Amino acid sequence: MEATRRELLKAGAGALVIGFALPLPARRAIAATTAFTPSAWLRITPDNLVTVICGSSEMGQGVLTAIPMLVAEELDADWAQVRVEQAPADKVYNNPAFGMQGTGGSSTVKAHWTPLRQAGAAAREMLVMSAATEWQLQPTQLRTAAGRVIAPDGRSKSYGELINGAMGLPVPAKPALKKPKDFKILGKPTKRLDTPAKVDGTAQFGIDAQVPGMVVAVMARAPLPGVKPKRFDAAKAKAVKGVVDVIATNSGVAVLADGYWAAKTGRDALGVEWDMGDKAAFGSEKLSAMLAEGMKNAKAIAKTQGKPMDALPAGAKSIEATYEAPYLAHACMEPMNCTAWVQGDKVSIWAGTQAQGPVQMTLAQIAGVKPENITINTAMLGGGFGRRFAPDFTADATELSKRSGKPVKLIYSREDDMAAGFYRPPSMVRFQGAVGKDGKALLWRADVASHALGPDTGFGKLPASGVDEEAVTGIADHGYEIPHQRVAFGRIQPPPQVWFWRSVGHSSNSFYTESFVDEMAHAAGADPLKFRLAMVKDKRLRGVLELAAAKAGWGKPLPKGHFHGIAVANSFGSYVAEVAEVSIGADGTPKVHHVTAAVDCGLTANPLTITRQIESSICYALSALLYGKISYEGGVVQQHNFYDYQVVRMPEMPTVAVHIVHSEEKPGGIGEPGTPPLAPAVCNAIFAATGKRIRKLPLDTSLLKTA
Amino acid sequence: MVEFQLNGKPVSVDADGDMPLLWALRDKLQMTGTKFGCGMALCGACTVHVDGQATRSCVTAVGSIAGKKITTIEGIGVSVVGKAAQKAWINVDVPQCGYCQSGQIMSACSLLAANKKPSDADIDAAMAGNICRCGTYNQIREAIHEAAGELAKGA
Repeated sequence: MEATRRELLKAGAGALVIGFALPLPARRAIAATTAFTPSAWLRITPDNLVTVICGSSEMGQGVLTAIPMLVAEELDADWAQVRVEQAPADKVYNNPAFGMQGTGGSSTVKAHWTPLRQAGAAAREMLVMSAATEWQLQPTQLRTAAGRVIAPDGRSKSYGELINGAMGLPVPAKPALKKPKDFKILGKPTKRLDTPAKVDGTAQFGIDAQVPGMVVAVMARAPLPGVKPKRFDAAKAKAVKGVVDVIATNSGVAVLADGYWAAKTGRDALGVEWDMGDKAAFGSEKLSAMLAEGMKNAKAIAKTQGKPMDALPAGAKSIEATYEAPYLAHACMEPMNCTAWVQGDKVSIWAGTQAQGPVQMTLAQIAGVKPENITINTAMLGGGFGRRFAPDFTADATELSKRSGKPVKLIYSREDDMAAGFYRPPSMVRFQGAVGKDGKALLWRADVASHALGPDTGFGKLPASGVDEEAVTGIADHGYEIPHQRVAFGRIQPPPQVWFWRSVGHSSNSFYTESFVDEMAHAAGADPLKFRLAMVKDKRLRGVLELAAAKAGWGKPLPKGHFHGIAVANSFGSYVAEVAEVSIGADGTPKVHHVTAAVDCGLTANPLTITRQIESSICYALSALLYGKISYEGGVVQQHNFYDYQVVRMPEMPTVAVHIVHSEEKPGGIGEPGTPPLAPAVCNAIFAATGKRIRKLPLDTSLLKTA
Repeated sequence: MVEFQLNGKPVSVDADGDMPLLWALRDKLQMTGTKFGCGMALCGACTVHVDGQATRSCVTAVGSIAGKKITTIEGIGVSVVGKAAQKAWINVDVPQCGYCQSGQIMSACSLLAANKKPSDADIDAAMAGNICRCGTYNQIREAIHEAAGELAKGA
């Protein structure tokens, strides 16, 4: 599916052209001749420090450590001497997976795996050449280790001592790369470079930006795209001490003040009345009707194989079920925010954004300047999960700065962040399946209704087939060998803005697929693991299923009242199987005690990050399973803050064991692939415990109540 | 004008008394280590200590803390408990995005100051008000146990 998102993003990029600019690090290199800067990615200084410049955004997924590891490995750097710096927005830092600068689709390590190792290897070859020249030896006689070049006679020099001789040398275009078996840094659990700053309050997030003369803006945001205010009381807002201005834009009404508190108080005083028009008719009932209609009209064929429409053979057992999942907010810990300063034909922003490339395009249009005149100071992201790929907060801040003439720090209140967000699309699927007399899967049919994320995000077009890939991913391209299959898609177009949400289409589709596979196993009277293995040829899919099952003790006795459920998904180039151990309280509340995960993500950069990202995804998916729901009435989101959009807290967090398959396959993603299997693994365990099948998210505990 | 002690130093803030302490810290004093998450004491990102007690600064009027001792993430490392917690946080490599961790550490320090050897249940009870969307809860728990162990050694 990563290919899909890449295509989507490339499609978006195709319409826009980024002007060429000399990379900032190169500019720095010209100015600072004491630093060796063989590429935009690294700088070596006489003090022996290796500074790696990271073009990807850090949102907790560990890129500020993984990117330096890629460079340091091939450089043979001393890891203790490696530092990291956030890159500016510049074409040279384009994500090779997207063709523009941005962080998403679990792509950072896999997309930079070769180019950044090459950057490290090229610098290493130049430093070796510098030493060879100085010592009058052949480069082939020299070796490198821990930031030093070493001669056969044991003489050695640090990289810092060799930079002067390396500076004038040509940069090797195709430097030799190590074999994975020779890796000293990659594949080793490595602590994060950004941890110290995150435990003493010094880490700079977007919301921490301080620009002289700035005002703070809080915005009453339109409940749905295109909705305009009918009336609001600007005078009442301006009467709040500290408020300096009220500005209405296409996306809402902003109050500018000398600080957040005054701006928020002013925003609440606006009393905005929205002109909802026919959008007022949009609510839960309308959505359910649209989803049902979409399923009925699912005519775009995503997959057809065998004879899925023919009568079943004698003795076959047929089952049907309908599944549903809602809109979801990302609910990042750090509410969306951006500080922008429009000065003539130049714009500077300070923000935690995942999408420097697309943001430059958007802001260039708003400010009427060239994209390369948009300077982006990328801060730490207080959570991303896809939400910070969206343009709204940077666009609003830039417009407010342009119109007020001041630097503006725009902060969405939690309520405005939640109520006018970018949501994971809802969907509904009707499955028909059958198992033969021999207990094997025979038929897999699914009619899927959902938004079409490609066109609805603006990053892609609906192909001629009419099938939105994210709507059917994991349903049409599951790894199961079933002779007769048909998957069809019916597009719905409700008014909310939909967006990428951690693991995108897989976030709901794996719940559907892996739950219904479990239903088929039950119909066949088979063990859910054995039933799956019997129809999996893909070695890596089998590998994670078998490993997770073995490590969890699948089929072995559990504590009284505890039950196992299993699920697997292949997403973003990685395979993850999860076994959930669950018990059910008398009030119907499930307790997830432990999750055993097996992951095959190919060659690994930082196994410590892999472990933590799988655990993180499990927590994120568990929140969605237990609580996650954005619903509308009268065209307005009904959730406001963490009291009615609840998330998992410490007492609900299961213990997690992550087992990484040793693999020499090409690297896969890791930020998202742990998310999809969690909901079905837990719901399959709930079925094992209660015989009740959960087919709608979030979980309705009243269905499981026994006392 | 409200006067109080911030991380051991006297400060005065030109703000109305009903302004939440969070915004006095962030907007008036440029102390941005304390984070805004929800504005309703639901997520714990804004946790500071008021006379040693973990307090949600987003719902604490600055006027109510006049004359009191406020400790934030920028100052917690001075105390024995704070130092041990920060060290354990680094050792366990707890943070992912890191945004909630200031509040997590402040809540943990308040727990550790009152309870030298917290059980898992004690930790659950003390930390349930702090949300982490990255799901670092197990690492936070491990770091609290580790810090408690270190503090016991030093005692």
